[in-house]
Amino acid sequence: MNRIDNTAIESESDLEWVEVCPASEIDVEDVRRFDHGSSTFAIYRTVGGYYASDGWCTHEEALLSDGLVLDDVIECPLHNGRFHIPTGEALSPPVCINLKTYPIRIDNGTLKLGLSQHRS
Amino acid sequence: MSVAANPTGLSTAEARSDSLNIKWFTCDIPRATLKELMRRKDGPALWNFALWLVFLLGSGYLAFRCYGTWWALPAFLLYGTIYSSSDARWHECQHGTAFKTRWINELFYEVSSFMTIREASLWRWSHSRHHTHTIIVDYDPEIQVTRPADLLKIVCDFLYLYSGPIEIKRIALHAFGILTPAEQDYIPLVARRRTIRSSQIYLLIVLTVIASSVALKSFLPILFVWTPRFYGGWLHQLCGLTQHAGLAENVYDHRKSTRTVYMNPVYRFLYMNMNYHIEHHMFPTVPYFSLPELHESIKSQMPQPYAGIIDVYKEIVPGLIRQSHDRNYYVVREVPA
Repeated sequence: MNRIDNTAIESESDLEWVEVCPASEIDVEDVRRFDHGSSTFAIYRTVGGYYASDGWCTHEEALLSDGLVLDDVIECPLHNGRFHIPTGEALSPPVCINLKTYPIRIDNGTLKLGLSQHRS
Repeated sequence: MSVAANPTGLSTAEARSDSLNIKWFTCDIPRATLKELMRRKDGPALWNFALWLVFLLGSGYLAFRCYGTWWALPAFLLYGTIYSSSDARWHECQHGTAFKTRWINELFYEVSSFMTIREASLWRWSHSRHHTHTIIVDYDPEIQVTRPADLLKIVCDFLYLYSGPIEIKRIALHAFGILTPAEQDYIPLVARRRTIRSSQIYLLIVLTVIASSVALKSFLPILFVWTPRFYGGWLHQLCGLTQHAGLAENVYDHRKSTRTVYMNPVYRFLYMNMNYHIEHHMFPTVPYFSLPELHESIKSQMPQPYAGIIDVYKEIVPGLIRQSHDRNYYVVREVPA
């Protein structure tokens, strides 16, 4: 099992690992939308590995899965605001609020997203 | 293309209530194709900006040498026209799409913002709002022609005589820390300090230029900074007016509120391909140098592009005259089903 943690927001036992898609389905330097329940996530593949964050830009309503991955940065498709993918840090205007990130892992070739079982 | 009085767009109130759940129309394009078109490069813009700087400095030198003769008139007109295309460079750098290398993009953003008299921090936020709410009345702060159309204002802006003084006044007010309620609405708290600081720097530079003119007892210094945006602003207004003027308000389909116009290579160079304006609004992450290719990819889903500037103005001039006394009138664009 190849484990790639990009955040340490929850302990392992608090997480529910949700199947996303085969890891090979996402190209390097690309992003994909993933819906689970009423939530939308963005699943990234950079040269450094796989990452996950909230799917909506924190500035205004735009799906980050329509954006552009530049190295380890995601650029919003609407206003070109940028976030650091591994940490979710807002890097350039008009985004000011950081993105929430989630742990993700590869289990037998399948990407799994770690969601808190106590999520609101 | 047709011209008709048929207000079928959303009312402002409807657009407002809908604004939290905006769903803009976008053309179908494969993700792989779009990804390729969004790809950033330094090369095209380095060439474009280098050539532009050569023309700017060359025409500036020519104007300087001709100063005091009648030849100065065409020379300064040429310099002013090239100088005013700093507005197109401001725009592309604002989107962060001109250069792949971030610091080069930001450097030219700051320089071109100053040149075109658009305070860099404020306009970043203003333009974001324009892209979220393109031609949605009361939401979009950059509607160039509001209804009823003010024809005098439009004509004056061929020499930047209406919008230019407004921008200078804003910069002066911001330098003293004064922001209007509308500006406070779209500029977040964290960015206001930067807006004030850069306004102070702009003011300092311009006052230094004016002081040097006084000290030298010559108009030359002020003829090279900011004033070219006025006496050379005609081409920017000529191209810029084609973007949205006379078209529908309050519709979430850029094909109905925005134009794509074929232009000659000189205009496209100075205007940085913003003649492909529907494509730019629909996919703002695509750099200017890839817009022609994007246009080819989606043109079957787009309204018929205009053949040229004259073709557009045959529509804009009667359309705006009509809008000057009939605020419900707008040009209806036929879009593919």
